[in-house]
Amino acid sequence: MLKRVHFPASLLPYLLVAPQVFITLVFFIWPASQAVYQSLLVQDAFGLSTEFVWFENFEYLWGNQQYRDTFGRTIFFSVAVAFLSMSFALILAGFADRVIRGSTVYRTLLIWPYAVAPVLAGALWLFMFNPTLGIIPFILDAFGRDWNHYLNGGEAMFLVIIAAAWKQVAYNFLFYLAAMQSIPRSIIEAAAIDGAGPVRRFVTVIFPLISPTTFFLLVVNAVYAFFETFGIIHAVTQGGPANATTTLVYKVYNDGFIGLDLGGSAAQSVILMILVIAMTVVQFRFIEKRVQY
Amino acid sequence: MAEIKLDSLIKSYGPDQVLHHVGADIEDGEFIVIVGPSGCGKSTLLRMIAGLETITSGEVSIGGKVVNGLEPADRDIAMVFQNYALYPHMSVRQNMAYGLKIRGTPKAEIARRVQEAAEILEIGAFLDRKPRQLSGGQRQRVAMGRAIVRDPQVFLFDEPLSNLDAKLRVQMRLEIRKLQKRLGVTSIFVTHDQVEAMTLGDRLMVLNGGYVEQFGTPIELYDRPETVFVAGFIGSPAMNFLPAEADGGVVTLANGVSLPGAEGVRGKITFGVRPEHLVPDAAGPIRVQVQVFEALGANTLVHGVLEGTDTELVVSLPGHETPTPGDVLCYAAPGEHHHLFDAESGARIAP
Repeated sequence: MLKRVHFPASLLPYLLVAPQVFITLVFFIWPASQAVYQSLLVQDAFGLSTEFVWFENFEYLWGNQQYRDTFGRTIFFSVAVAFLSMSFALILAGFADRVIRGSTVYRTLLIWPYAVAPVLAGALWLFMFNPTLGIIPFILDAFGRDWNHYLNGGEAMFLVIIAAAWKQVAYNFLFYLAAMQSIPRSIIEAAAIDGAGPVRRFVTVIFPLISPTTFFLLVVNAVYAFFETFGIIHAVTQGGPANATTTLVYKVYNDGFIGLDLGGSAAQSVILMILVIAMTVVQFRFIEKRVQY
Repeated sequence: MAEIKLDSLIKSYGPDQVLHHVGADIEDGEFIVIVGPSGCGKSTLLRMIAGLETITSGEVSIGGKVVNGLEPADRDIAMVFQNYALYPHMSVRQNMAYGLKIRGTPKAEIARRVQEAAEILEIGAFLDRKPRQLSGGQRQRVAMGRAIVRDPQVFLFDEPLSNLDAKLRVQMRLEIRKLQKRLGVTSIFVTHDQVEAMTLGDRLMVLNGGYVEQFGTPIELYDRPETVFVAGFIGSPAMNFLPAEADGGVVTLANGVSLPGAEGVRGKITFGVRPEHLVPDAAGPIRVQVQVFEALGANTLVHGVLEGTDTELVVSLPGHETPTPGDVLCYAAPGEHHHLFDAESGARIAP
């Protein structure tokens, strides 16, 4: 018989989880519920009067063309960032997987961008693309291409996508490399003996085998592009020109802190909250099931 | 169909040389087993033939063509890996067809060959399953199937049976042997298991520490081991080695007992005799003090020491015997079963 240890019913277990519960309540539940409450209010710009309006803020957003445009723009931005950073990371990882000599140096260097703060990453690219000082507009000028992301919305979007994707490459690279290195070497060797060259091996064997990682990264990158690119956008374009780079998160900030429409801003953040919950659910569901191959 | 020639192969990792001048001529259709303890370089040698490891120096030729500079894909070989290395995301059918598809074989031809291989290996029932839905033995068959559909010049096996349970291993061993004879494809099989080696190989290459100790038929290796290592490695239970002194046609064991033999040999030697070659004889010169015995049914293994020494000795007796521990039993060793080795180098001394 196994000897079971019974703890007397006491306060101890509750005390042990109390710090965790306390932190969750103070830093997550309370602000989140405040946001939900705020989203049901309308306040004048000076904060003198507040009115409870039920779902009016949401109704307004629903019918607002500008908000819908921002939604579409955010999706475009996210897809572009995820695609760019993931495909670039995949290529880098594919090569790093084959490197034997100096692989540690190579990997360490590739991980550095991840350690750069978003605002700094934005500033870095901003300098490089500065229409008057930047090296890249200077080079483009030689080809007769005029670059000015302060005026051209498309160029501004391109710039924030590049900056956001660049920062995320390191993260994706790490996961892809780990996934590739967990594939048994003999499977690759078997494919080599079967006659598949490096490219063919990558397409028909390696890529299908790392598909679980691809899916995981897809969700992570989408969340990143949706929520964590605020710093980059703020540093590079401030959402401009003419809202060309205003994503949902940036609009929350803009409407709330610049436009002082606290209720509308809170309603937008509630929508974002629902989105991130949905994405997390998808991801957890997926992790339970895994990709069947 | 192809013969393989290994010419003075050397493999070094930096300053460490792991294979030393390995040479062999393998005939068309032969089944060669490379056997040795782990770390002896046997898998490295196989991978060099496959093209998965670079060759430091020397030459490998398959079918009269030097393949040193060729990619594995261009050597016309198929390999069965220890962990089978099946593509987990493909069905059994796709696994087997993969190599053919890459080589641009017509679809109908692929289907026909896969079907044929599936029939030979009796895996037709689960062609549409994924590898993870198969048992170890079935995966083993699929790995074999993937090798035979390609109809290569050479099969390479890298310890393919070591992940199977004992019963399945014996069964697959026989099947591989039959299949190889039926297809007549030159094969090289790597294993650390001497029983597997003895039963499978037309010829065995015994590797130890990167050197070829001996290369010959199983019976040659059993009857005339060239070194102490081969003598101890081939045969189960292993040969008994007794330190001895030879002079003027007499071998004197450590306990002072003398036997005739070793004409024209002088000095320290290792006297070897297999457990199954010791015959009970009341007047026999080899006196064994019994410690324990193992009754295996068909025979009995008596473990003991040579009387008056610490040298351990095993005797294999047919049938059931129940010797009493502590007793001294006497055995004779017929002269034709004596093996004499140089005590220093371990090399065989004639005969």
